Amino acid sequence: MKKAKLNLPKRILVVNLILLIILAGISFLGLACGSTGIDFLALIKIIFKSEINESMLPAIIWQIRLPRVLLAALVGATLSLGGLVFQAILRNPLAEPYILGISGGAAIGAIIGILLGLSRFPGVSLFAFAGSMATLLLILVMASDKTILKKDSLLLSGVMVNAFCSAVIMFLISMTQDSRLHNIIFWLMGDLSVADLGQTFSLAMVLIPCFIIIFYYSNVMNLLLMGQEQARAMGVNIKLVIFILLVITSLMVSSTVSYCGLLGFVGLVMPHLLRIILGPDHRVLVPACILGGGAFMVFCDLLARTLPEQGEMPAGVITALIGAPLFIYLLKRSSR
Amino acid sequence: MSFAVKVNKLNYHYSRLAVLKELSFDIPSGNFFTIIGPNGSGKTTLIKILAGILKPLSGQIDISGQNLKQYNPKNLAKKISYVPQSVEIAFPFTVLEVVLMGRSPHHGILALENQHDLDLAYKAMAFTSVEALAHRKADQLSGGEQQRVIIARAICQEPQIILLDEPTASLDIAHQVKIMDLMEKLKTEKKMTVIMVSHDVNLAAMYADTVLLMNKGQIVKIGPTAKVLTYTILEKIYGCKILVDTTPLGGYPRITPVPAKYQKITDSKPLSI
Repeated sequence: MKKAKLNLPKRILVVNLILLIILAGISFLGLACGSTGIDFLALIKIIFKSEINESMLPAIIWQIRLPRVLLAALVGATLSLGGLVFQAILRNPLAEPYILGISGGAAIGAIIGILLGLSRFPGVSLFAFAGSMATLLLILVMASDKTILKKDSLLLSGVMVNAFCSAVIMFLISMTQDSRLHNIIFWLMGDLSVADLGQTFSLAMVLIPCFIIIFYYSNVMNLLLMGQEQARAMGVNIKLVIFILLVITSLMVSSTVSYCGLLGFVGLVMPHLLRIILGPDHRVLVPACILGGGAFMVFCDLLARTLPEQGEMPAGVITALIGAPLFIYLLKRSSR
Repeated sequence: MSFAVKVNKLNYHYSRLAVLKELSFDIPSGNFFTIIGPNGSGKTTLIKILAGILKPLSGQIDISGQNLKQYNPKNLAKKISYVPQSVEIAFPFTVLEVVLMGRSPHHGILALENQHDLDLAYKAMAFTSVEALAHRKADQLSGGEQQRVIIARAICQEPQIILLDEPTASLDIAHQVKIMDLMEKLKTEKKMTVIMVSHDVNLAAMYADTVLLMNKGQIVKIGPTAKVLTYTILEKIYGCKILVDTTPLGGYPRITPVPAKYQKITDSKPLSI
């Protein structure tokens, strides 16, 4: 009857196909670049095995760069999606796991786990999950008073939670005196260099079901943006849905934190960029954030690996360098 | 007569403060039902309980002949839609997208819309005169336009009962009358039951079939407008001098609160005609 850009499934498909191509392109770049220089031709040859290479390059690509690119993609997807979910639940476009202090809580748990000498998975991850749930509860208790849902007070409470988490982290670090110190500090800044293929695979086994569950609730997240009472009146079982979304998001964020430390602002950059381009419909945004967030993180990690002349810098430095100015810009724009 | 809503001995309180005390009343199907009363009389609480947002502490509520407790959120949303007091559309959805959200309870989990949904959305938008805004960003519209978008969304939900909490509070007089005309149209054309909380007794008087006057969580009087809106009742409840006469159009009760400077003149005279 009326003209409308209705065909939603088609839109979801096209948008994500484009983002998939971008992700694949950046990943290819990520595999090709490294301390040995950039070599596209060799990469293509190695991928298609048309030539048996005697150099170290195949080993470097398959055992060092590939797990790292995959890990970066998973982490970027998780943090972007985490930001998107928090923004929908709190109806606050500035919400993000790092800014709210949930990543910080996970980090405290993870450091305690590391100091106890537990393995990364599941030991440290479980501690990280406990830490993130604890900070989440703290934030929700503060947010249950309606006034705090206003932008400023929510952000302020996030800053305070973060400050407290930093203090606890510094306390734990100052109690540590052995070689674990360097590891912890580097890890805190967001470090993707630890990845091996097996660990990345087990992380993916945790994250991918979380992605699917969140996509399942994407239309409900649209309704949540209209306010909880409105969503309830449109048939959403609010308490159940919010509980599931928060637990799932904490689970994914804490598992990535226990692997890669604190990568700030990723959950802010991608959801915003994609919302500007694609509009606020979560049925499009959820898959787009997974792919776009993945591509963004692979790109940031690539910069972190290749920018310094020697060695590398933590990827969290790059994400914060891009994210923090963007955050200030968004804060200024939203207060207008 | 069939009843859209039957309320029996409803109680509700926030912490230890009783907000609703032993309310019992019925709303016939197809009625234009208005709830009025002074600030803090429990009107909004009552409408939120009917919308399923707040859970009653005791008492029974039947919606279309079935106990409210037996509805899951989705099934209730197919029967009742709710327009809150103030709506803030904070994210840049288009008007069409917002109105289409009303179709969610009728769909599965991703709520992918079909042509039927789209037709309903356009009809609802035409009904509230926001059709021309279909592709505009809803967060950039004026308060009155947003209100009409939300009402279109509520209509698109195809409920039998529509609940509105002071839909005219933030509107100018022209838009107030437009919204009320719209509600009357919903009643007459779509055979919906309209349940509205209002602070504006004069608007209520011109449109409502039944008025429920509340005070301190209890029913003061329920009945046809002319029976409820009398100066003896209103003066007692609102605690101020009130003049009640009739409107030149239609002869509805017209309520005027009397300013202090005229109270001496009116003291000696009866205030109702």
